[in-house]
Amino acid sequence: MGVGETTLLLLAGLIPLGYAGFYLGRRKALTTVADGVRMHSRPQQYGWYSVVAMGIPAIGVAMAASLLNLLGWITLPAELVLLMSLVTAAAGLGFGLKAVRPSLRARNTLDNIIRWLLLGAALISIMTTIAIVLSIIFEAMRFFREVSVWEFITGTVWSPGNSFLEAAGRGGEVAEGEGAVFGSVPLFAGTFMVTAIAMVVALPIGLLSAIFMSEYASPKIRGIAKPMLEVLAGIPTVVYGFFAAITVTPVIVDIAGFFGLDASYSNILSPGIVMGIMIIPFISSLSDDVINSIPQSLREGAFALGTTRSETIRSVVVPAALPGVISAFLLGVSRALGETMIVVMAAGVRPNLTWNPLEDMTTVTVNIVMALTGDQSFDSPQTLSAFALGLVLFIVTLTLNIISTILVRRFKQEYD
Amino acid sequence: MYSDAATQTTATTESETTMQAENEPEMSRQSHAPEQDVKVKAEDVSLWYGQTQALYNVNLDIHARKVTALIGPSGCGKSSFLRCINRMNDLIPSVHIEGRITLEGEDIYDPSVDVVQLRSHVGMVFQKPNPFPKSIYENIAYAPRLHGTVNSRRGLDELVENSLKRAGLWREVADRLHTPGTELSGGQQQRLCIARAIAVNPEVILMDEPASALDPLATATIEELIDELKDRYTIVIVTHNLQQAARVANYTAFFHMGEIIEFNDTDTLFTNPREQKTEDYITGRYG
Amino acid sequence: MTDQPKPNTPRLTGSVNDPRMRRRYRAERRFHAYCITAVLIALAIIVAFFTDIISQGYTAFWHHEVQVTLDYNERSERIGRFAMDSELREVASRGATRSVPRAIDRNPDLLGTTETTWVPVKGDIDQYFKFDRALSDSLKEKVDRLLAEGEIRNAFNWRFFTTGDSKLPELAGIFSAAVGTMYVLGITLLFAFPVGVMSAVYLEEFAPDNKLTQTIEVNINNLAAVPSIIFGLLGLALFINFFGVPRSSALAGGLTLGLMTLPIIIISTRAALRAVPDPIRLGAFAMGCSRWQVVRDHVLPASLPGILTGTIIGLAQAMGETAPLIIIGMIAYIPEAPTGIFQSATVLPAQIYTWASEPEGAYIEKTAAGIMVLLAVLLTLNAAAVLLRRKFERRW
Repeated sequence: MGVGETTLLLLAGLIPLGYAGFYLGRRKALTTVADGVRMHSRPQQYGWYSVVAMGIPAIGVAMAASLLNLLGWITLPAELVLLMSLVTAAAGLGFGLKAVRPSLRARNTLDNIIRWLLLGAALISIMTTIAIVLSIIFEAMRFFREVSVWEFITGTVWSPGNSFLEAAGRGGEVAEGEGAVFGSVPLFAGTFMVTAIAMVVALPIGLLSAIFMSEYASPKIRGIAKPMLEVLAGIPTVVYGFFAAITVTPVIVDIAGFFGLDASYSNILSPGIVMGIMIIPFISSLSDDVINSIPQSLREGAFALGTTRSETIRSVVVPAALPGVISAFLLGVSRALGETMIVVMAAGVRPNLTWNPLEDMTTVTVNIVMALTGDQSFDSPQTLSAFALGLVLFIVTLTLNIISTILVRRFKQEYD
Repeated sequence: MYSDAATQTTATTESETTMQAENEPEMSRQSHAPEQDVKVKAEDVSLWYGQTQALYNVNLDIHARKVTALIGPSGCGKSSFLRCINRMNDLIPSVHIEGRITLEGEDIYDPSVDVVQLRSHVGMVFQKPNPFPKSIYENIAYAPRLHGTVNSRRGLDELVENSLKRAGLWREVADRLHTPGTELSGGQQQRLCIARAIAVNPEVILMDEPASALDPLATATIEELIDELKDRYTIVIVTHNLQQAARVANYTAFFHMGEIIEFNDTDTLFTNPREQKTEDYITGRYG
Repeated sequence: MTDQPKPNTPRLTGSVNDPRMRRRYRAERRFHAYCITAVLIALAIIVAFFTDIISQGYTAFWHHEVQVTLDYNERSERIGRFAMDSELREVASRGATRSVPRAIDRNPDLLGTTETTWVPVKGDIDQYFKFDRALSDSLKEKVDRLLAEGEIRNAFNWRFFTTGDSKLPELAGIFSAAVGTMYVLGITLLFAFPVGVMSAVYLEEFAPDNKLTQTIEVNINNLAAVPSIIFGLLGLALFINFFGVPRSSALAGGLTLGLMTLPIIIISTRAALRAVPDPIRLGAFAMGCSRWQVVRDHVLPASLPGILTGTIIGLAQAMGETAPLIIIGMIAYIPEAPTGIFQSATVLPAQIYTWASEPEGAYIEKTAAGIMVLLAVLLTLNAAAVLLRRKFERRW
C-alpha cells in the first residue's frame, strides 16, 4: 500500500472518530452541567479535549512508525502501522471521554496544546535549516571521500570525466582514459566574474535611482518610479535567462564584431549584464529605505550652512547611509552568486579560467545543475560534486547575509 | 519708518525703538529704528502651509549685533518665521510666502538671489544638535572648504581652532579633533553646531530653541556663549523659556497665533508690557 | 579666520560671477543629471524588455491551419497516416493523424465515416508563412496556392492553451504545464500557509523573549536569503532520497517550493500582526479571553488582509521559480497533464526553460508566448495583492 493511500485511509479513520469524540465529550459535559454541577471549562472545550486525546497519540504513533521505517531501523508493513494508529486512536478516545469531569481543566490543556502546536510550526524553520545543512554536508562528505578538499578548492581544472561530458553531448572533448578532475577554481572564477559584472551594472543604477527617488523626486514621480522598478523584481529568472540568451547575447556578439573582437555565443558578459538588471531593484529599494530613514535634521544642518543638494547628498547623506547601502550591496552580491537560471541559459558549460568576459565561462550554479541532470548514478563523484559546490555556495551566501544583517542592525541603532 | 511717537522708551545705548501711543495697539507691533542699525527687516510677511495660514502680516526689525528673542506659545509661528530668514522653508514644498524680508536692504526672496549664498550669510542652529557623522574637525571645516573661504590646510586648522574657541569648546576637544562629533555630550554637540555655524563667517545667526534639548548646566553655557557672540553677530533666537529670553535678549518679540503682538526691548516688554495678551503670557496665564 | 567683511560683490546675487559657485552649481546639475539618467536607463530597459518579449511571442497566438478530410477506414485503423491523402500529408502536422487508430478503437462506429476538419500545418510551413523560413520550391508553391484557395487559413491558436508539450512545435501548448503549476502551487500553499501563519503567530503573540525565539528569528531571515538552488538540493536529498517522494512529481515540487515560500509568508504575516495595535489585544484580555482567543478572534481577523497580501506575493514568487524544480527533476518531457500529485509533472517556468533549450527555431515564439502568459498571470497576482492591500489597509 502506498504512502498516499495509507495517509488517506488514516484520515478516513481519524476524522469520523474525531467527530464522535467531540460530540460525545461535549454531551457528557452538557449533561453534567444540566445536573447543576459547575465545570471548569465550557462543554465545547471538553469536546475538543476528547478529539485531542484521540488524535495526538494516533498521529504520533503513525509518524513515529513511519520515521522508523524510513530510517530503516524497523520494517513494518503499512497496514500494520495503519492498524496501530487507529487502535491508539480508539484507546485515546476512550481515555479522553473517561477523563471528562468537572475538575478537568480542559481549556488550559487546550491552550497549552495550541501553544505547543504553534511552537512546532515555528520550529519547522529551524528544522529546515538543519535539514539543509545536514543533507548537503552528508552528501558533500561522500564526495570528499573520493576527492580531496585541497584539490577541490585549489585545482584549476574541472573535468568531471568522459561519461559526464557525454551526457552533456560533448563526449569527444576529453581524451580517452583521462580521469575525472575536480578543481573548482574556474567555476568560482566564472561565478565571481558574473557577479562582478552584475554589480557594476546594478550598483550605480540602483543607488543613483534610489537617491533620485528619495532626494530629488516629487511624491508623484516617486509614486510612479518606485513601482516601476519593482516590476524588474517580479520578472522570473527563467525569463531573464531567455532574454539574455536570445536578445542580449547576439547584440553583444554584433557589437564585439563591430570592434573587431571575437565574442562567444555563450559569453559571460551577457548573463552578467542581465543579472545586473535583475538586481537593480534590490539595491534601489533597500537603499531608498535606508536613505529615507536618515533624519531630515541632518540635511537641514547641511543646508543651513549653504550647501547645494548634491553636496549634501554626497558628503552627508550617503556617508550616513553607508552601512545600509553596503548591506544592500552585499545582499545583491549574495543574490548574484546563487543565481542559476540566467547563467544556465546564457552562459557556457566549459570551465574556462580567463579575464575576458567575451569568452564563454561557466559558473558554480550551472555545474550544480549539470551534475544532477546528467545520466550518471546518484553516487558517482560527478553527481555528488553538486553537493560539494552547493555547500561552498551555501556557506558563502550565509556569511554575506549575516554580515549584511549586522550592518543593518548597527545602522538602525544609530538612526532609530 | 518713523511714526509720531507719543511715548518714547528710555534708551539703553545707541539705537532706540520708538513706540506708538497706547491707543494704537496695532502699531505697537511694528518696530522702528534708524535704518543703519537694522540688519534684517521683515515687511508684511505672511506664510501658508498649503491652505493653512501660519503667519499674518509680520513686521519686524532685527537690530545688528543684538540678540532678538522671539517668544510665544507653541504653534504661534515663531519657528516658521525664523526659518523664513534663511529660506529654510523653501525645503517644504507646500509653503507659500508673501511679503518682503531684506538683509541689509536686499530682498532675500528676489528670484535672482542664490539661496546657497544667502545661507552663508545667515546661519542656523537647531533645537536638537545635529552634528554630521564626521570628525569634529570635519564638521567645522566642511562648509568653509566648500565655499572656498579658506584653502590651505593651515588656514583650515586656524579656522577650526578659532571657531571652537569662539564657541567655547576648544579646550574640551583640542586633543581629539579627529574623533566623531557624535560622541560628544549633548551640550558639547550643540556648541559644536554653533562653532560650525560660526566657521562660515555669517552675519546673522538664527537659533531655534538651541538649549531646549539640553540639561541646565549645558543651557547656562549656551546662554553665556550667546552673550559673547552678540558682539560679533546678529542673533535671533526662538525660545520657549521666558527666563532665558529675559537673560540673554536685548529685544524681544511676542508672537501669538501667527502675529506679532508686541515688540520692545526686553526689559520693557517684561516689566511693562503694553498688550494684555503679552502680560497674560508672561505671567503664565497660558503657556 | 578672516574677520574682514565679505567681498564687495553683491552679497546675495553675486554668485553668478563667482567661478567657484558656478563650478558648484555645475556639479549639482551634473549629479542631478546622473540620477535622472539612472532612472531613465532602468525605464528604457523595462520598455526594451517587454517590447522584445512581446514582439517575439505574439506570433505564437496565431497559426496556420489546413483543411483536411480524415478517412476512418481499415487502413487508417492500423496506420493513422493513411487517413489523410498524400498530398496534404506533406502540409499537415504529423500529429493530426496520430490519434486516428485510437479514436477508431474507442469508437468503432467511426469506421467508414469521414471527417473534415482544420488541423495545424507543419511547423516549418508555419514558420515560412510567419518569418519566411526556407522551404523547398515545390512545397512553397503548394502552400501558397492552398493559402490563396482558402484551404489554408490563419487562425487563433487556441491549441496553445489546451494542449501540452509536444515534440512537434506546431502542436506544443502550455496546458500540461499550467495544470502542473496549479498542482504544485496548491501543495505549496497547503503546506506553507498554515505552517507560516502559525509560526508567525507564535513568534509575534506567544513567544517569550529568549534565546530560542531569537534563534528562530535569525534563522527565518537567513532562510529568506538562501539561493533557491540550495532548496533544490534539499528537496532532492530530503524528499526524494529520504522520504521517497517520486522524482519530478508535483508533491516533491510543492514541498520544496513550500519550504522556500515559508520564510516569506512568516515575515509578511509577522508584519501584518505587528500592525494591529496593542490596545485591541489589551481590550480583549481585559474581557477575560485567553491568549489564543485574543489571537483567533481579534488579532487574526484584523490582520487578515495583510496576511493574504503577503501570501499572494509569496505564491507569485514561487510561481516563477525554476532552478529548484530542475534539480528535483521537473524538466522531463511532459505531454500529458498530470492527474495526481504523485505523477510526473512540469510547471510553466520549467516548460519555458525546456522550450528555450530546444534547437528547433519554431520553439522560440512558443517560449516567448509562454513567457507572456506567465508574466500576465504574475502581473495579475501582484496587482491583486496591491489592490487588496490598498482596499483593506486600515488606518488605526
